[in-house]
Amino acid sequence: MSQSPTSRLDFGTYDTAEFFDELVDESGQPRPGAELLIEKLSSLEFDELLRRQAGAERSLFRLGITFAVYGDTKGKEKIFPFDIIPRIVPAHEWEWLERGLKQRIRALNLFIDDIYHDQKILNDGIIPRDIVLGAASYRQLCQGMNPPRGVWCHITGTDLIRDADGQIHVLEDNLRCPSGVSYVLQNRLVMKRSFPQIFADSHVKPVVDYPGQLLNTLVHLAPDGLPNPTVVVLSPGSFNSAYYEHSFLAQQMGVELVQGSDLVVHDGFVNMRTTAGLKRVDVIYRRIDDDFLDPEAFRPESLLGVPGLMAVYRAGRVALANAPGTGIADDKVIYTYVDKIVRYYLDEDMIIPNVPTYMCWEKKQREYVLQNLDQLVVKAANESGGYGMLIGPHSTAAEQEQFAGLIKANPRNYIAQPTLSLSRVPTIVGDHVEGRHVEGRHVDLRPYILYGKDIFVLPGGLTRVALKKGSLVVNSSQGGGSKDTWVIEQS
Amino acid sequence: MLSRVADSIYWMSRYVERAENLARFVDVTFNMMLDLPPGSAGQWQPLVSATGEHEWFDEYYGEPTQENVVRFLTFDPEYPNSILCCLQAARENARSVRETISSEMWEDLNSFYLLVMDAASSSDSLQSLQDFYSEVRNASYRFKGIADGTMPHGEPWHFARLGRYLERADKTSRILDVKYFLLLPDLSDVGTSFDDLQWSAVLRSVGGLEMFRKRHHGITPERVVGFLILDRMFPRSIMYCVNEADQSLHAISGSPLGTFWNAAEKRMGKLRSELAYAHVDDDIIEVGLHEFLDALQTKLNGIGEAIYETFIAADATKGNGGRTQMQSQGFM
Repeated sequence: MSQSPTSRLDFGTYDTAEFFDELVDESGQPRPGAELLIEKLSSLEFDELLRRQAGAERSLFRLGITFAVYGDTKGKEKIFPFDIIPRIVPAHEWEWLERGLKQRIRALNLFIDDIYHDQKILNDGIIPRDIVLGAASYRQLCQGMNPPRGVWCHITGTDLIRDADGQIHVLEDNLRCPSGVSYVLQNRLVMKRSFPQIFADSHVKPVVDYPGQLLNTLVHLAPDGLPNPTVVVLSPGSFNSAYYEHSFLAQQMGVELVQGSDLVVHDGFVNMRTTAGLKRVDVIYRRIDDDFLDPEAFRPESLLGVPGLMAVYRAGRVALANAPGTGIADDKVIYTYVDKIVRYYLDEDMIIPNVPTYMCWEKKQREYVLQNLDQLVVKAANESGGYGMLIGPHSTAAEQEQFAGLIKANPRNYIAQPTLSLSRVPTIVGDHVEGRHVEGRHVDLRPYILYGKDIFVLPGGLTRVALKKGSLVVNSSQGGGSKDTWVIEQS
Repeated sequence: MLSRVADSIYWMSRYVERAENLARFVDVTFNMMLDLPPGSAGQWQPLVSATGEHEWFDEYYGEPTQENVVRFLTFDPEYPNSILCCLQAARENARSVRETISSEMWEDLNSFYLLVMDAASSSDSLQSLQDFYSEVRNASYRFKGIADGTMPHGEPWHFARLGRYLERADKTSRILDVKYFLLLPDLSDVGTSFDDLQWSAVLRSVGGLEMFRKRHHGITPERVVGFLILDRMFPRSIMYCVNEADQSLHAISGSPLGTFWNAAEKRMGKLRSELAYAHVDDDIIEVGLHEFLDALQTKLNGIGEAIYETFIAADATKGNGGRTQMQSQGFM
């Protein structure tokens, strides 16, 4: 839609192209749940919309909501770009998603527990043994471990995408240290200031209780009989790209934010160094990868971790969330077995489907992948954040050649998926030169799931948007931004 | 509270106070230059001397002209105690303890930092530079006010106060030292209006001219020295700062005032009583102001080190290393 300053948005002329748009259908009519938003947006002068966008950006800048980009030496921090046109999830669809996510997490948790105990699923031949035990994220050290209350993956962020036909799929599971939830909470704060009226009338499900739910989840893990357990958030430190989130969550929960050097194992317990001496720590929400947790157990050169931590954990004297070893369940090859995992442990059909996936370790599938590299998206099994990835249709012959080599050298480490037509949401784009206007941009959705006493799914989640025209990569490290996600209450 | 957090809050507060003092020094020198007869150069040199970095300055800047000194003290990204670097350091410290300080403090300090960054990147006139220094002063007042109004007055707050008052005591002593050192040798100036001008500039640089006039009326070097070192009411005098810092130190450890449980309290208490029972003529002018101030600064540094040893580096076990590094005490 081209815009003059005083004109209003006309969704009748908004071009959805061949994609599924989350707010309007092909004819420009609002989708269920988005009626009120579209009506209000259409009644605003475009200049007014831009003013509110600028106001929202100023708030984020002032709040210092920033992240660090690795490999960028110019500035240590950037603002995570934010677009004020929200994404809407209607109540009935959310209800379905919530059921599907709970099912998936329950099954994956049982899978992890089985892998680190009896390995029934391997013995029964449901998944080839080599695939699991040969995964880079499999932790031999966790064999036989019993995390408190039998829960391994306490905090999960599951990436969902919607294809051109409108079907939502799970693209990726993140069961290690998923990040981004702080942006969900801050985006909501900024949206309430930017559109108080629309917000008040829309019956959006609140997200504000996430820190409280997270704290409950963590307290639930404390060793038995502790009335007032000490919970901490363990961060790699202020140079980590997600540091803002670590400090935000600690602040919101009212617990200490610690770094590895603040903790010390003493007399069989984990302690933190305080101005009044050592103080015992009972539950650690760790935002450090397994490999760096304990130099005595994992990578000896790690300076981020706490020597001796794993021994205390094994003795049940401190709880870790997530438990070490959960990475096995978000390996991208294991991903292709999740439907079988759900059937095996729960005897149910998987509710939210996966994206069709080719496994390069199988000869036939590998050959297909190698012949169609220009059509497919190739991903390394153990990478995340948009790194180690080839997007066929947007790649050069040289890049395809490089990935062909990588796949042949280590087929177990690669999967491929058809290039999906991610759904879009209207987004303010353009600059002062070409003129600001509203165009569709591709999005995904990452809901956050907490597994404590019960399973809690935060209504909504982080909608990431690829701000570059035509781009399908939504990661913040690759030029993505975010939007608020409104789950509309059934009215 | 965590030792690392205590350390960061202490330094966050010190760096903000340091930036404010720098802004005062530069601003007052600007003003004084305007009142001086043409050709009376040399007023910028003392500011460089006060930093203790004159060799570094000579190498990179050469002549202590107004432009050079202003750039050096305000916006030099390489000089670790320029206003710009102080704000960077204050913000870096605040960033690492965001969960402990209030959101309002973080937002305000972040705006303060952006204010300085903006000023550093624009080529502004002298006029707007002077506005800039008063903005820096006001931003520091505001930050302190927000801290007082939004943070529980518990241990972290007391560490912030400790940092602020030790820094302030140090800066008051340094400005006094530099001015006195430069002023007294030229006996022909003593008692002249030029001398008066200089002493009122010293008072103004610590925001104390009005308070001094109300209390003492006429300016004499002894009165100014007594006021800046020993006055119990003036919030930038060394006595006042040490009193406040001492109270926070005792609030942190819980020991009664006038006693000590650790090395930091012992050193602070000794300095406090020394000042409390000092007379400006017998105990300061008689010994030599410069000698007195030199010893005082050594004692203040000793207190800073003892605080670090007592609360930050203290360790019940051998642990895994990775302790907080002591940050730059700095000269200015």
